[in-house]
Amino acid sequence: MIHFVVHDENDSVGVVVVEGVKSGDQLTGWIMDQDKDLAVQAKSDIPIGHKLAIRPLKGGDTVIKYGVDIGKTIAPIAVGEHTHVQNLRTKRW
Amino acid sequence: MDLKNSSFWGFKRENGRIGVRNHVLILPVDDLSNAAAEAVANNIKGTLAIPHPYGRLQFGADLELHFHTLIGTGCNPNVAAVVVICIEDQWAKKVADAIAATGKPVAYFGIEQHGDHDTIMRASKKAKEFVQWASELRREERPLKDLWVSTKCGESDTTSGCGANPTVGNAFDKMYDHGVTMCFGETTELTGGEHLVAARCRTPEVRKKFQFMFDRYQAVVEAHKTSDLRDSQPTKGNIAGGLTTIEEKALGNIQKIGRKCLVDGVLDKHEVPTGPGLWFLDSSSAAAEMVTLCGAAGYTVHFFPTGQGNVIGNPILPVIKLCANPRTVRTMSEHIDVDVSGLLRKEMSPDQAGDALLESMFRTANGRLTAAEALGHREFVLTRLYESA
Repeated sequence: MIHFVVHDENDSVGVVVVEGVKSGDQLTGWIMDQDKDLAVQAKSDIPIGHKLAIRPLKGGDTVIKYGVDIGKTIAPIAVGEHTHVQNLRTKRW
Repeated sequence: MDLKNSSFWGFKRENGRIGVRNHVLILPVDDLSNAAAEAVANNIKGTLAIPHPYGRLQFGADLELHFHTLIGTGCNPNVAAVVVICIEDQWAKKVADAIAATGKPVAYFGIEQHGDHDTIMRASKKAKEFVQWASELRREERPLKDLWVSTKCGESDTTSGCGANPTVGNAFDKMYDHGVTMCFGETTELTGGEHLVAARCRTPEVRKKFQFMFDRYQAVVEAHKTSDLRDSQPTKGNIAGGLTTIEEKALGNIQKIGRKCLVDGVLDKHEVPTGPGLWFLDSSSAAAEMVTLCGAAGYTVHFFPTGQGNVIGNPILPVIKLCANPRTVRTMSEHIDVDVSGLLRKEMSPDQAGDALLESMFRTANGRLTAAEALGHREFVLTRLYESA
């Protein structure tokens, strides 16, 4: 069963595609472009459609999704932690 | 799906364009004419009024865009005939004459010096004549290349970028080689991925025009924003769905143009395509505004991927909704034409998802009503460039 998907193996984040992910859950991810699997333990409750970090990020790091820059962190993020407006911001506007 | 000899059944119009719907439009030129237009549509069954709030004291480029959008909507091959109603006779004639250039039946009526009662009676007589004539038109088999297909996504979430939008991209890639006329737009929602679109432009001239349109829209955002645009882009719905930044939203958005298609041309809001291929249409990212502009540019079928569940339709364009979010497919099933949530469970390949969308497109083109049509969604929203005089 796939719990989250990742666009590209160089991405920093994946997207949860099932409902009800709880902190501590063992999750299986699918890296779509390279068709590989990846295991991560959830560090937060994460709603469907929301992101989790798949590599450790420091404050101010650039976050990569689709192999492209989608913004910068405003707080450190651990692997498996919910990554959203509380810790990720746009670099535009 | 092998599209080589594929075909659909459409209505051939007087100018050679092929429609997939057969509407008799009752078209108000301004807000004041809505009541008469809706009364005519109520009197004469099978006609369709498209009320809207604008048309008075607009000027310059904003007025030109108003006229273009109304005229383009009337000219669209999904429309068989048009009754134009305006408070003033002269502007009714201006819009009617431009639509009549397509060769389709058009009549116009001014309200001033007649009043609503007399206008409604005269316009109803003409509308009855048109709708009975249109009801005898027959579909004929046409090659795929006669279809014009537009796309825009809405209430996107992260599943749009990994499921529904790449499905549109897969279908666009497949149709691109067969001479279909296609378009995408949503200028501000390319922010963060504009370099990827620029890199896909066929020629330096196309790239230059794209960059001009993109920079022009950024200047509007810069001029009018109060703090930053984070309050509206991504939208509250996008954020609830897990999208965090405009860059992330844009990268998901761009999945709709596939991996192979090149951007063959760029259209300003008042321009129409001059040949097959993929066109970028400068447009708002608000769903109804963008789809209304697609209709005015002559597109006849629309692909609308959604994540959280946008319910938009259009009066003249069948809007096909596809969704990869299993929760939305479950909770809003009456709005979804194509369920591609299997993509995210690895139960469906991108190729199968693209084919499912194409199959839905052919059925829709052949006459099957979309969910939005059956539910009565007819959002007709005119883009304004600035305030009225």
